[in-house]
Amino acid sequence: MTITETGTGTETRPVVPDFGPTETDRKLAIICSKGNLDMAYPGLVLANAALGEGVETHLFFTFWGFDMINKKTMGDLKFTPVGNTAAHLPQGLTPLPGMTAMATHMMKKSIAELGVPEVPEFLQQIVDSGGHLWACRMSADMNHLTEEDLYDEVEGIISASDFIEKTEGAQLLFI
Amino acid sequence: MTTTTIDGHIVHVNEEGFLTDPSEWDEQLAKSLAGQIGLDLTEEHWKAIRFLRDDYAAQGETATLRRISTVGGIPTKQLFVLFPQKPAKKLAYVAGLPKPHGCV
Repeated sequence: MTITETGTGTETRPVVPDFGPTETDRKLAIICSKGNLDMAYPGLVLANAALGEGVETHLFFTFWGFDMINKKTMGDLKFTPVGNTAAHLPQGLTPLPGMTAMATHMMKKSIAELGVPEVPEFLQQIVDSGGHLWACRMSADMNHLTEEDLYDEVEGIISASDFIEKTEGAQLLFI
Repeated sequence: MTTTTIDGHIVHVNEEGFLTDPSEWDEQLAKSLAGQIGLDLTEEHWKAIRFLRDDYAAQGETATLRRISTVGGIPTKQLFVLFPQKPAKKLAYVAGLPKPHGCV
């Protein structure tokens, strides 16, 4: 048996987890640039994890990542095995009709079995945990979309430089 | 196995300080554990703690925030108010359980 209590004489301090300082200036910026189902989740999972650790987190949706916050597409992202050798299927079969639908269905099922929510609900959880969602101005203009078209919790359509300004000092992930 | 003494309770803990034997926990101890991390337990805290204990007894693992909100019915926003900054880990600590392993 090892006793790890520290201290001298009769005074000992109990072993208590270190939950860090009550205020942290750690920030995380995640740029979501992909609109495939499989490429939507890494950013969402990491944002959720960072928020759970008390890290201020901002997500910036740009280019194909816009599909993650576009009300018309966000609930219907797809996974395709085409060109993806990690799907471990004969590549010649992957472009056949129905393969993308089947692969998407299977991936959604595996995700749901883990209790992980679909994209819209996941975004809500991130917002409820204090996360910030931002839409890229150029992507909105290219697709002729306004805030009306985007998930209600998106805080605004901002330029790339505005996002860089907002996330000063942040660690950054580009997905 | 490491032991530590918290408010006169001798408990087994891991290297981080989380309890390793859930059966050593009782509600009196929870108050002491909460005090160690600067929390004063209200009825709202207790609702979350009791859900986590019951769920652990049934599932054999600590619920994630997602599960506490969807199954336990305690909104995510409220969990961040009750157990600021690191709600999943703080709640697990006060409930005398391992920290959750799930990612979401």
